[in-house]
Amino acid sequence: MEAQFLQIVQMLQGFFGPVWPLVYTLLKIVGIILPLLLCVAYLTLAERKVIGAMQVRLGPNVVGPWGLLQPIADGLKLVFKEIIVPTQASKGIYFVGPALAFATALAAWAVVPFSEGWVLANVDAGVLYILAITSVGIYSIIIAGWASNSKYPFFAAMRSASQMVSYEIAMGFALVCVLMVSASLNLSDIVHVQGKGRFVDMGLGFLSWNWLPLLPMFLVFLISGIAETNRAPFDVVEGESEIVAGHMVEYSGMAFALFFLGEYSAMILVSVMTTIFFLGGWLSPVGFLPDSFVWLAAKTSFVLFLFLWFRATFPRYRYDQIMRLGWKIFVPLCMFWVLVVGIWMMSPLNIWK
Amino acid sequence: MADVRNFTLNFGPQHPAAHGVMRLVLELDGETVVRADPHIGLLHRATEKLAEERTWVQSLPYMDRLDYTSMFINEHPFVLAVEKLVGVDIPLRAQYIRVMFDEITRIHNHLLSIGTQALDVGAMTMVLYTFREREDIADMLEAVSGARMHGAYYRPGGVYRDLPDQMPRYTANKFKNAETVRKLNEARNGSLLDFIEDFTNRFPTYCDEYETLLTDNRIWKQRLVGVGVVSPERALQLGFTGPMLRGSGIQWDVRKKQPYEVYDRLEFDIPVGVEGDCYDRYLVRMEEMRQANRIIKQCVEWLRNDSAKGAGPVITGNYNVAPPSREKMKGNMEELIHHFKLFTEGIHVPPGEVYCGIEHAKGEFGVYMISDGANKPYRMKLRSAAYTHLSSMNEMAKGHMIADAVTIIGTMDIVFGDVDR
Repeated sequence: MEAQFLQIVQMLQGFFGPVWPLVYTLLKIVGIILPLLLCVAYLTLAERKVIGAMQVRLGPNVVGPWGLLQPIADGLKLVFKEIIVPTQASKGIYFVGPALAFATALAAWAVVPFSEGWVLANVDAGVLYILAITSVGIYSIIIAGWASNSKYPFFAAMRSASQMVSYEIAMGFALVCVLMVSASLNLSDIVHVQGKGRFVDMGLGFLSWNWLPLLPMFLVFLISGIAETNRAPFDVVEGESEIVAGHMVEYSGMAFALFFLGEYSAMILVSVMTTIFFLGGWLSPVGFLPDSFVWLAAKTSFVLFLFLWFRATFPRYRYDQIMRLGWKIFVPLCMFWVLVVGIWMMSPLNIWK
Repeated sequence: MADVRNFTLNFGPQHPAAHGVMRLVLELDGETVVRADPHIGLLHRATEKLAEERTWVQSLPYMDRLDYTSMFINEHPFVLAVEKLVGVDIPLRAQYIRVMFDEITRIHNHLLSIGTQALDVGAMTMVLYTFREREDIADMLEAVSGARMHGAYYRPGGVYRDLPDQMPRYTANKFKNAETVRKLNEARNGSLLDFIEDFTNRFPTYCDEYETLLTDNRIWKQRLVGVGVVSPERALQLGFTGPMLRGSGIQWDVRKKQPYEVYDRLEFDIPVGVEGDCYDRYLVRMEEMRQANRIIKQCVEWLRNDSAKGAGPVITGNYNVAPPSREKMKGNMEELIHHFKLFTEGIHVPPGEVYCGIEHAKGEFGVYMISDGANKPYRMKLRSAAYTHLSSMNEMAKGHMIADAVTIIGTMDIVFGDVDR
């Protein structure tokens, strides 16, 4: 199998000659983006099915067997729908918004390691890259809110600007702890560090992952992740009962779909990040099973399930309450925990040598 | 210096949280509401005027359509008012049936109210759980009146017909297999009373489920406690009634203070709030559902014993108000004439004025009527609770944030059919 693959690669290399590295990278990008978009499509179906089950109803079950073709049908409908531009909208940046949302959500995937060595760009500053790219993503909402020249989107822009900034701080601090214990900004290395320790030797790898020693940070990261992706109970940016759909009010058709795809791929991204930083990435939880991509997928699915579960359970926070949670609880807690981890690492009890 | 002005937001008429078609003009200082100005009238259907052109019984179905979330209870003050003017005796069985359906619709209404309030606050699951129970209630209404919403079941002098002996059942089809149908029919094998009794036994568990999801939920409390506080004095001044008034701590309930029908024979408690905020009103509604359930149980018991003894009539024998039975009509000239006169001309109500108010699920719902002796009212005025409650929107929302304005709309439990009439 592998030999055949290498043969094909060599054949293609011969065909393309000097441009081969470029072509190869492009192929790899397609290899990431296509499955990702498929995941996004089916995440929407999963969401409707899971929440449906929690709400004693069926969810989509008409298009295709068990409703499996529903995302395709939704996609088609959005593609063929007219994009209506409000007369007073600032046309240029009106379209930059959704494009930016989608582009940044995809670009962040460049540094994500899916398994040992399965990464598009194994850069050393992977964490910084992710943080930087996702920050740019916030602009999409602000730009869309501003360019729509409408009041509801404007509110969404204001809300998202403050909410996202607050939670990035908490998220960043939570990551500082992870970086301290792993002594690297490279995502693969962060996973590797979690594969070492006393529990791994005992065959109980899942106890040596970061979630246990950094439990408060794990929770802060998870909750901030939900807030960053505008998911319930932090969905004030697009809180339906308050500002209808927030920044997406004036968008239709594919422009809306881009926001939607961006949002859901950001959700998957945050889940993968949580998995990599705290749940040991592709590492196997127990000694007798091999490490593999399957673990990463399983853990990510679990985190995504949490997202859906929260959405079906909690009421929405009020805007000022979100700010209070971010600034008055998470940020001090994170700072304190950075201190705790620092002292822990300097003490003889250090477990991350 | 830049000219800083407040921001005006047109909240509605088409808005997911406007509970119908309300245009709420919000003047905002950032996220804070400075002034909330509800514009109503978008669902005005001139019910009061229409009633002037129709016979007394023809106007009755309009009552269902006022507050379309609690239908049967709307008919009640209308028939009470007519009965008061005509001075007719209502059979006891009919009174029990009416009270039972009043309380069933009270649960129907509160389920929607709490469900949609939770939806407004962002807990979308609640509304689907409450609709699960509303489905059962809709089945009851359908069984008794033939319509799931607008029953037109009450009549001046009683109710239109007795409770059915058999609850309609599901049949297996392409979408529901035999096993599913068997499960669905478990509670439906007996009469309507059996089905209602089964529901009353199940319902407290459902209430517990809702409370698990909401009552102690930190986010739910953060969103509701201290929002839209109305002091007891102010609540009286604003003309609040129903759960809105009781939420502020005033023990006023028409069912207790001015008992109508058989409420003085039934045992139930009136829950009151302490703080007068949205959370208290939520708790009051929750408890009212449990109390309504208690009343339904007592009614079911009475009706069952009554049926065992051979049920009495459910509508008065006064042929000026109610039609004679089909049998009598077929064999008797007098009865045939009565029947014909009643369905062509309608009831002739003696001249006079009457006001009849009942404890509607949303507050006091009253009908004020003037009759000039004709077969239709000279004037009819409806007093709906939601209209009065909505007028306090500005006062309650002022100083809160947009999200709280939504909570307050939810807590007022307004339905625009009722507000605009």
